[in-house]
Parts: sequence; structure tokens; C-alpha cells
Amino acid sequence: MKKFIALLLAAMMVMSMFAGCQSGSEQTATTAAQDQPTGEQAAADTGAAVKIGLTGPLTGGNSEYGLAVRGGMEIAVEEINAKGGLQIEFKAEDDEADGSDKAVSAYNTLKDWGMQIFAGAVTTGSALAIAAETVNDQIFMLTPSASAEDVALTGSNIYQMCFTDPNQGASAAELMSQKWPDATIGVIYDSSDPYSTGIAEGFLAKAEELGLNVAVDDAAFTADNKADLSTQVTQCKDAGCDMVFLPFYYTEAAQVLTYANTVDYHPTFFGCDGMDGILNVEGFDTTLAEGLVLMTPFDANATDEATVSFVTKYKENNDGKVPNQFAADGYDVIYALYNACVAAGIDGSTSAADACALLQEQFSTMTVDGLTGKGMTWDENGMISKAPAAVVVTDGIYVPIS
Amino acid sequence: MKTMLGNMKTRTNLVTYLVVIAAFVLMQVFNSLGMLSSSQRGYLVPVCVYISLAVSLNLLVGVCGELSLGHAGFMGIGAFTGVVVAAVLKDAVAGDAVRLVLAMIAGGFTAGVMGFLIGIPVLRLRGDYLAIVTLAFGEIMKNIIGNTYAGIDGEGFHMAISTSKMKLGEGGKYIISGPLGATGVEKIATFTMGFVLVMFTLFVVLNLINSKEGRAIKAVRDNRIAAESVGINVTAFRMKAFVVSAFLAGMAGALFGLNYSSMTASKFNFNTSINILVFVVLGGMGNILGSVISAAVLYILPEAMRGLEDFRMIIYAVVLILVMLFTWSPKFKDAVSVAGDKIKGIFRKKKEVGSNE
Amino acid sequence: MQILQYLINGISIGAVYAIIALGYTMVYGIAKMLNFAHGDVIMVGAYISFCVTNYLGLPSIVSVAAAVAVCTLLGIVIEGLAYKPLRGTSSLAVLITAIGVSYFLQNAAQLIWSSSPKNFTSIVTMEPISLMDGQLVITGEVLVTVAASIVVMLGLTLFTGKTRTGKAMRAVSEDRDAAQLMGINVNQTISTTFAIGSALAAVAGVLLCSTVPTLMPTTGSMPGIRAFTAAVFGGIGSIPGAMLGGILLGIIETLSKAYLSTQFSDAIVFSVLIIILLVKPAGLLGKQVQEKV
Repeated sequence: MKKFIALLLAAMMVMSMFAGCQSGSEQTATTAAQDQPTGEQAAADTGAAVKIGLTGPLTGGNSEYGLAVRGGMEIAVEEINAKGGLQIEFKAEDDEADGSDKAVSAYNTLKDWGMQIFAGAVTTGSALAIAAETVNDQIFMLTPSASAEDVALTGSNIYQMCFTDPNQGASAAELMSQKWPDATIGVIYDSSDPYSTGIAEGFLAKAEELGLNVAVDDAAFTADNKADLSTQVTQCKDAGCDMVFLPFYYTEAAQVLTYANTVDYHPTFFGCDGMDGILNVEGFDTTLAEGLVLMTPFDANATDEATVSFVTKYKENNDGKVPNQFAADGYDVIYALYNACVAAGIDGSTSAADACALLQEQFSTMTVDGLTGKGMTWDENGMISKAPAAVVVTDGIYVPIS
Repeated sequence: MKTMLGNMKTRTNLVTYLVVIAAFVLMQVFNSLGMLSSSQRGYLVPVCVYISLAVSLNLLVGVCGELSLGHAGFMGIGAFTGVVVAAVLKDAVAGDAVRLVLAMIAGGFTAGVMGFLIGIPVLRLRGDYLAIVTLAFGEIMKNIIGNTYAGIDGEGFHMAISTSKMKLGEGGKYIISGPLGATGVEKIATFTMGFVLVMFTLFVVLNLINSKEGRAIKAVRDNRIAAESVGINVTAFRMKAFVVSAFLAGMAGALFGLNYSSMTASKFNFNTSINILVFVVLGGMGNILGSVISAAVLYILPEAMRGLEDFRMIIYAVVLILVMLFTWSPKFKDAVSVAGDKIKGIFRKKKEVGSNE
Repeated sequence: MQILQYLINGISIGAVYAIIALGYTMVYGIAKMLNFAHGDVIMVGAYISFCVTNYLGLPSIVSVAAAVAVCTLLGIVIEGLAYKPLRGTSSLAVLITAIGVSYFLQNAAQLIWSSSPKNFTSIVTMEPISLMDGQLVITGEVLVTVAASIVVMLGLTLFTGKTRTGKAMRAVSEDRDAAQLMGINVNQTISTTFAIGSALAAVAGVLLCSTVPTLMPTTGSMPGIRAFTAAVFGGIGSIPGAMLGGILLGIIETLSKAYLSTQFSDAIVFSVLIIILLVKPAGLLGKQVQEKV
């Protein structure tokens, strides 16, 4: 009996939460409107604010990526809303990087909020689960960082801000064949992660085509056993690899670099866009990353005005944390959407389906300059085309490879 | 006395069925009146799935007293089998509902067979050793599914555990692609089928519990040696319970898989198994209606707390601990009643003071 | 030569599993509960050590002491608030509460230290030993972790065997009611066990992150589960068993990655575990307890 009472209490809590949420969100909406009288006036001219939503992991093991994207997007929204003109209302929901029910539920919550444009998801699994929903609902989707080809191929309304995985793997192979044609290459990748596996497969296919000498191609790890990456490094070392390709995130890469240094193994390490951020890992000895080659669209140390301003603002908002490419992709996504909305005359009164059609038209023709690339365009599948920039870490900063 | 007990049992069972039917009808009415938001509509199928999972796990944990930490593994097998079967049968079977039922049966069957195979070693073990073997089994399944590639092309169905070993012909389509999981799944799951699944699960589990064997197994749970000494041999029934539980979890998994357009193997990890176990323990061991209610409430609770944003999961954790303390701790209950008396006492004093004035 | 290096790598990670498993097995042996929050106490210990070294600039030995102190306190608080009220009820109820505590610690860590990974600076300053022209490298971390786990194992064995409190622990482990009748304060003994277990967790956290430098709020959970597996492998409740189980698990994991398949190493490790348990249902060094009638 007592259990029923407890469950009943919990059920009542759920109910009250439902009620509480609704009233809560209304309140924030109204206060936001009051805080920005200029914005409201401007919005009154052009209609209400455009509602853009994001889903990403905000709690749990992958939350650093979701929080970074959210941080980048928030800055773009602040800047745009301060300008006057078209206003943006932004909301991020937690999908726990779960590729099924949690992701769809986060997306549905945004739909109930009145989202017109979807600017997610952060991770590939969630993006795949949501992509089919956006096709049904006719909601435009521009993902900052879900990089599997299948995401963009799900529907004509889906666009990507990041490189697709096989594409990135192939670029890496091409770069290696140009710069290090004689290298003995080892590949370490995360076989439980679609991003890492996608790049590794794209790389291996292209490497075979180009006739690169790949000595180790099966040094995989999984999310469950990544506590020990020494075996994979040892495999590469024993095979005499002088070039090790690391298509995964900086979190694990820091581990590989540290171990390789301990065992006095110094090949050229080669990373992908997920490697960006390694120099800002707290407590990481950046001298270990000397000579590391990586392909990143974003450099937090770049001196152009846009990057400097973005990095300063991001640090202010996030306890001095330096933004990585996730944050920059998020920032670019909001600006790309904003530019397209302005060009197509989309505002808060446009229905999601109309906005979707108009945005598709815009994105098929427009060119965007952002933090992660200049002159970015999209192909008919919604995949981005931007120049892959390769850099080498020299004295703790990125130096472009000519 | 015997008939009275029997009646009570039938009555509890009847209540369980009625609660589920009433909830289903209510939701259908709300839905047809357009009173449910997108997210609330989105909860309907997964709630049914988790209720089935909780009830089937309760058969193992609550009734048989076997701690299983690998229920999500069976769910995963069912989910991926169901997705593959539904995709393969796409052209052969016309109706979506028929295809869904076939996929669920196939999912249940595969999970049931795996349950049987794993049951042979597992049932030699007891207590926490059984827990660790089921945990190990769940991890093995996750690892294997996460490296499996399957697809269909003109020549038929292909399956391999590496992309390089599998090349699909012209017009071929991947159903499962390794770490990316199942992609492009056609969503054919429905709330009605979820309801049918819950009713079926209840029917199977309740009948099993109330059968002669069910009473025997409870005797064994409470005192194995005493039960064996009066000639109850329960190995067969334990196996039966294990296989049935796996079968039902597989069916639930298939329904779950066909409710989303994609899913990855990592979904069916230790944490999901643990979540289902939380539903069972909170609802009460062996208490089937409790499992139904706690699965529904606890599944929606974190979703309903989205308004708390970044503090959502930490508050969920606190709520979980508090509910556990509230429902299980003898001292806590005493403290609550003492506190209640004290509050009453304060009011009484105030009244006295008031009357004095 | 190769195989020697892989063995050393295996021992390196295995010794970390072993030291975590020692804490697990001790708490299990005496309090008879699976403390799934153990891995997260490890994570807290590592964060404390990181903060003391990097923010306060104190030497690593002080940071370890601070981590031990904080974790011991944390262990006592958790035990008192979340586990003690449930003593005497179903062990599953305590298991679920432990899971709640685990969620709580992970999310609290995310709020306090953010989810960005931190790179833990190894507390071991010893230069790696290079043998056979650098073909074989033994890092200082391996030596320190192995030494620490042996010391802890011997210490715990002596403690439970010789001291008064230790003997009380064994008595509680054997038969709680009888121990109570003999005048042993069961509640206090179990609380002490948690305090010791949590102190060990702090040491394990520092050594885990010295070997595997990535520190995140979820750092403790997977090694925690692996260590739990190791403890069962060796016979849960047995102190030498935890040590043996941890080292063997590490070696099996590394060798299966090196010679069988990197992709399926998880499946291989857990399959070996199932096979061992079939042959020895109580683990490698576990006692086959005769059931009382």
C-alpha cells in the first residue's frame, strides 16, 4: 500500500511538473519580451521572433559536445537579437546522445514549444532518429555536427554544417598521399562510434585507391574499453608506423599522445575535426601535441575579427573556456539560418512547412562565410562543401600547412 | 480460506487488467480529442514497451528472486531482429499490422532462444553470480550487434560483421550498419499494438505466477532447501520463467525498434537494464500492477522535468533516492510519523494558546 | 618481445582494476551490497586530487591525502544518508539507492567541474624503464599501481585478520545476527567498512587517472563495472581474489585486443568470464559456501 502512495506522490509530481513547465516557460517568454523592448518593437515590425530549436546531449558522457554547440549558438542569438531586426528565440533540449526515444522526445518537446526551424542534432545517432521526423513534419533541419552521410540523405530538408565522415576520411588520405607518400600508416579508431568508424572507413577506402602503405588498419577500441589505449599504440609501434591516423575526439587522443610519449614513440599523429580542442584540455601538456597534424575548419587562435570576437564572448559566457569547432559550428548554423531567413522573408508568423520550403530554396543557392569556412555552399543532398584546412601544431598554435 | 485467497488473487489481477484497459481507453479518447501534445503522444509507445519490460523482468526478479542485469540485452536482440524481419518482409507481407506482429514474434523468438542458451549456464548460478553473468551477456550482445552489418539487395539478405566483408549489389539497402545501428527503419509501431503487447505480457506473466508451478517457485524463492526437501523441483520452471521473460523482452524490443527510424546498439546497455530494474524494485517485487504504474511514472518523470534544464538529472537522482528511502526504510517511516505527530502537537498547542486568548 | 609488452600493458590496466575491485569486494563481503556508486566515488577522488594539484599548486602527496580525506567523508555521508536507513531490508533496495547515488555524483560532478575532460597529471614522477633498446617499456605508473595494489591487498588481509575492528568485520560478514549477539556494533562496523572502502576508492581514482589521464564526470563508471566484474571473477568477497581477478581481467583484455580482435574484445572478455564462472561458480578464489539447512 505504502508503495502505491509513494508512486501516487511521484505521479502527482509528474503532473505538477507538467503544469509547472507550461507556466514556467510562459513566464520566461514574457519576461524575455519585457527585457528587450527594442527587440519587441523590431519584432512587431517584422512579426514575432523565429523559433529555432536544438537537441543535444546536455547531461551524461557526451554532454561536452552538446554544451559546446549550445554555447556557440547562444552567442549568435544574442548578437542577432541585439542588432534589432529579425529576432530569434532559441531553446535547447537534452537528448542524452540517445539514438531513439530520448532524442525523439526532446525533438517533440521543441515541436510543442512551437519550433519553426531545427538546428540539431549534435550527435549522429540522435540526428538519424530525428531526421525522419523532420521529413514527416516538414521542418527544416541544419545540423551543426552530425556528420554521417545518412543524416543528409534522409530527406531533402536536411542540411549539414560539418564535413561528412567518409568525405573527411578521403580528404585525409589525399593529404597524406601528397605530403607523406612514403609513410607507414597506422589507424586507430573507435568501432563503437559512427563518426570515428565512418572516417576510418572513408580513409581506408581512399588509401587503398591511392596506394598508401597502411600497416595497421584494425586497431579499434570501444566506448567501454577505452580506458586502455596502450595496446593499440603498441600495435602501431610494433608495425613500425611513422604516421598514426586518429579519427576520433580529442578526449581519447590526449590519452594516446600521453601514452605514446611515455613509451618514447614519436610518429606523426594525424587527427580530424574532432581533434580540435586538444590544446585547451585542462592539465594537458601541449608540448605533447607538437607536430600533430589535424584537419580542422576552426582555429580559436585565428586573428580575424569574427573569430576574436566570438572567442572573447564564448569565454565570458563559459568561465573562460576556449571554444572548439563544435561551438563554432553552432555559431555558424545560427548565422546561416538567420541570413537565409532574412533573405527569404521568414519570421515568427511563417509556418514551419513554409519556412522549410523557403529555406531549402535559399540553401541550394546561397553562399555563407562563417567561422568554420569561407564561401560555404551546399550540394543537392544537403552536404556542405568547404575547403578542408589542414594545420600542424607548432609552438602550441595551429599553423596552416601550405 | 483457500477460495478466499484465490478470489483475492483474481481480484488483484482483474484490477491490473482494468487499470491498463482504462488507461488505454483514456489515452485514446484524449488523443482523438487532440488533447495530447506531440511529446505526450510520443510517450505512448515507449511507455507500453517499458511496462512490458518491467513486468517481464518482475517475473524473474520479483517472483523467482533471480537478479538479472541483462534485460536490455534481450530487448536489443528483439529490437534488431524485429527491424530486420520487418524490412525483409516489406514486399512479401501487405499489412503493416501483420508485419509488425510477425516482427514482434520473430524478435521474441530470437530473444527466447538466446534466453534458453544463456539460461543453461546461468541457472547453475545463484544470486550475484547470476547477476554478473546476465550483465556479461548484455555487454556481449551490445558488442556483437554494434559490429553487425545487414542489408538486402537484389540477391536477397546479407549479413556480416565487417563492412569490407559485405558488398551490397545495385540498389541494395543497409538495414543495420555497425556502430551507426539500424537506420532508415520504417516506423510501423502503434499505440494499439503497444496496448496489446502489455495485455499479452500481463496475461502470460499473471497466469504463470498463479499456476501451480508459480506457487512452487515462490516457495523456492522464500526457502529453496525447504522447498526441495518437500520434493519441488524447480529447475524446469526457472528455465521456463527465464525464457518467457526473454521472449517478452524481445517482443517489447521489436516494438521499440519499429517505433523509431534509427537505433544504435549502445541503447541496450547496462544503464537501460538498470533502469528497468529500478522500475521493478520501485513498483514492488512480485507486484505486477506496481511494475505497470512505476514504469509509466518513472519513464515520464525525467521527461516531465525538462523545465529544470541542466539540473534535471541531478534532481531525478535525488527523487529516486528519496522515493527508495520513503518506500523501504523502516526508520524513515517512523521519523515521518513522529514528525507528523509533532506537527499535530504544534497545531494543538497553538489552538490551546488561541483559546486562552 | 611483443607479447611481453602486451603483458605489461595488461598488468598496467589490470592493477588499476584490481585496486578498484579491492574496494568493491571489501564492501560487498561485509555489507553484502553491490555498491554501484563505488566507481563514482573514484571519480570524485580523482577530481579532488586534480584540483588540489592544479588549482592550489600543492605537491601530489598532499593531493592524494586530500582526496582520501574527502572520499572517506563522502563515503560516510553517503552510507549514513542513503544506505543505513535501508539496512535489514531487501538488498535490491540498497542496490537501487546506490544507483541513485551514482547518478547524483555524476551529475553533481558535471555541475561542479563541467563536462569538459581534464587531463590528469600523473602523480608518478618516475622515469619509465626502457629495456632491450626501447622495445620493452615499463612505465612508472605500472610499478606504482602494482605496488600499491599489493600493499593494499596485504594491508587489508592483515587488517581483517589481526585487528579488533577487522575481526569484527569478519564476524559481521560471517553472520550478522551472531555478531550482534557477541556484542559487536554491527552498524558501526559496516560504517567503518564504507569509510575504508571510500578511502581506497580515492587512492584507486588517483592511480586510475595516472594511468588513464582523461578525467570526466563519467570516468569512474566503466572501470567501476569492469572492476566489479574482476571482483566476481576472483570470487567476490575474497581480498586476494579481487587482486587476481583484476590483473587477469586486464591481461585477458589486452591480449584479446592484441591477438584476437580489437572490435570484439569486450565480447571476448565477458565470454571468458562466463566460462570461468561455469567451471568455478564462486569465482577463482571464492569460497563455495555450504548452505545451511
